[in-house]
Amino acid sequence: MKKTLILTTALTGLAFAASAQEVTVMSWGGAYTKSQVEAYHKPFTAETGIKVNSVDADNPATPIKAQVEAGNITVDVADIELADAVRLCDEGLLEVIDHSALPPAPDGTPATEDFLPAGMVSDCAVPSIVWSTIVAYNTNNVQGTPTTLADFFDTTAFPGKRGARKDPTALLEMALVADGVPADQVYDTLGTDAGVDRAFAKLDTIKSDIVWWEAGAQPPQLLADGEVVMTTAYNGRIFNAQVTENQPFGIIWDGQILDFDLFVIPKGAPNKEEALKFISFATDTQRLADQAAWISYGPARKSSAPFVGLFNDGKTEMGPHMPTAPENLKTALANDFEFWADRKVELTERFNAWLLQ
Amino acid sequence: MADTAAQMQTGIAGALRTPDGRPLKQALAQAERRARIRAFLLVLPLLAFVLLTFIIPIGQMLSRSVLNDTFSANMPALTQWFSENPDAEPNEAAFEALVTDLRAARENRTQGAVGTRINYEVPGTRSLFTSTARRVDGLEPPFREAVLDVDKGWERRDLWAAMRSAAKPVTLNFYQAAVDRKITPDGQFARADEQNRIYVTLFMRTFVLSIVITGLCLILGFPVAHLLAVLPMRKASLLLILVLLPFWTSLLVRTTSWMVLLQGQGVINNTLVGLGILGDDNRLAMMYNQTGTIIAMTHILLPFMILPLYSVMKTIPPSYARAARSLGATSWTTFRRIYVPQTVPGIGAGAILVFILAVGYYITPALVGGATGTLISNQIAFHMLSSLNWSLAAALAAMLLAAVLVLYWVYDRIVGIDNMKLG
Repeated sequence: MKKTLILTTALTGLAFAASAQEVTVMSWGGAYTKSQVEAYHKPFTAETGIKVNSVDADNPATPIKAQVEAGNITVDVADIELADAVRLCDEGLLEVIDHSALPPAPDGTPATEDFLPAGMVSDCAVPSIVWSTIVAYNTNNVQGTPTTLADFFDTTAFPGKRGARKDPTALLEMALVADGVPADQVYDTLGTDAGVDRAFAKLDTIKSDIVWWEAGAQPPQLLADGEVVMTTAYNGRIFNAQVTENQPFGIIWDGQILDFDLFVIPKGAPNKEEALKFISFATDTQRLADQAAWISYGPARKSSAPFVGLFNDGKTEMGPHMPTAPENLKTALANDFEFWADRKVELTERFNAWLLQ
Repeated sequence: MADTAAQMQTGIAGALRTPDGRPLKQALAQAERRARIRAFLLVLPLLAFVLLTFIIPIGQMLSRSVLNDTFSANMPALTQWFSENPDAEPNEAAFEALVTDLRAARENRTQGAVGTRINYEVPGTRSLFTSTARRVDGLEPPFREAVLDVDKGWERRDLWAAMRSAAKPVTLNFYQAAVDRKITPDGQFARADEQNRIYVTLFMRTFVLSIVITGLCLILGFPVAHLLAVLPMRKASLLLILVLLPFWTSLLVRTTSWMVLLQGQGVINNTLVGLGILGDDNRLAMMYNQTGTIIAMTHILLPFMILPLYSVMKTIPPSYARAARSLGATSWTTFRRIYVPQTVPGIGAGAILVFILAVGYYITPALVGGATGTLISNQIAFHMLSSLNWSLAAALAAMLLAAVLVLYWVYDRIVGIDNMKLG
């Protein structure tokens, strides 16, 4: 009896200690969450003893907003896109993070100069990766080899269903590029009503052929199942299917849309201290480079580049698979975070109405 | 009953008393009151549970459809100007109030929330608030020119009309938005532009699809329920298990099984192509559209039709039908005039159950509905979870609830709710 009592007390104490030392990180699921677990979560727990709970969402920005508005916050760190980071920061839903307190590069360059400047525009967020939205195809099912975004919209030359994310971001830009708008004028065009109409008109041409996806893990599945012959996708997911599952997938790098993923702390997060510790740890030079061994997303620090080497299979060179590789960048378009921070709500509404028509 | 009995006895024999001398009437009343209190105490936990977990949260949610103080709480100076100048055009004082409020909003990081609130009424104005707030510190009087210099959009009359209407915390705007109305530049309400109309179409689609699904469930479920009722006990229980087994299986499992069966490269299409009935290029599109929603929801809701029908059919004595046949009725007449009228309570219960469940169905249409098979509940979920326009979500939900209650009332008038038999 006495033994049991001691045991229970000890267990309760343990449980208490564990609950005091943990941090909940919300990310996008699938191969991407796995890359973070391997590169950030496991070494972080090993070094600090703080347990990392990993949870997933189709887009973590959405539950963050809902949680803060409802005053019921269960997430300490979230991985979100740049436009969402700027927007949520504007709405006071995120904690401010002091960029100068982040660890410097190995050569002593301060963090504020080491991160890619385009990712450092929000003082609520710390960038971790550069990723891109691309169009991928299944070489077994598509006739010929599509090479441009225009081919994605050309169902005569490349018959078959298309997959697309059920979200206007990136898709509207791709429609305009495919319609012949030069990359540097895409956001000016999209800023006008006529430009938005033009993008939707282009989407109309393939609307009945589109299968909509929401979670990032879906497009490789849709391609593998033969449900679609081409789909928009996050480049890292396609890479992982190509390399680890030997799927016959190809990537159209033409008109790829680059974006950042950033770590943020929701306002009122229960473990803010641990969250800050986690973010400084995960976004140091070595850790960002480590993540590239698990998925083909580029590190957001300049100093990480020399440390990026082989994929974890020990033979695939990561360089050419990165969205930032020079030959992939030729016609790339950088996501305009200001445009989407301001217009996402209304364009999503228009997009939803368009879906129903 | 006991009261009347006591009165009668009192009338006959004066005041009857209990052995301990109290008037019988009083003692009886007391005993009854105690029983009533005990009964009430027994249901009290349930009552408290329902109140706490159901009525209060839902009431609070629904009240959001008419209450929204985002604007008045975060833009106090402008709200005051609106109440002091009921009909005035925006003048220098109004712009000064705007700048004061935007400065405070920037400090508290609320400009995004305010912009989002106005953006509900006049799409495309959210960026006015966020971009102007970013530059509000550098603004000098005269404020009208300074603000218009930052963005010409502040001249828009529909914007000011929307702000004036949003300054009142009690509003019907969300109900107007829920029936596809918008504010025009003169502050009037009119139908929204065609490209922004969603909800009326969706409500119609939800009701039409629910009626189709209810009809299909009835057609498919009626013979099964009849079979269940007339088969010998052992066979009937085996069949009942077959009906109940899918009912006990997880909803998600059933929905994803349908996805495996129905998708373009799925079991059904592959079989048809393999048999040479379909060409490889014209596989049937049975998923991610209305067909998918109808098939999957009919299957999932079928037990809700079969079980009430079965419980009613079980009680119908076969002798009635036999009597009708022996009096010369054809089998069709017997079925139509003798059997069906007796099953009406079951049909009513099954139909109303299936219909009400279908109207609010969420997960199945979200998974298999694609763009054309989604229902109003998916749009409510979108506003609850993604756009966070909880007021609009509440307005849509309230309208859905009201529509269901109206149907319930109509049903009561036509069939009679006391005729319903739920099993």
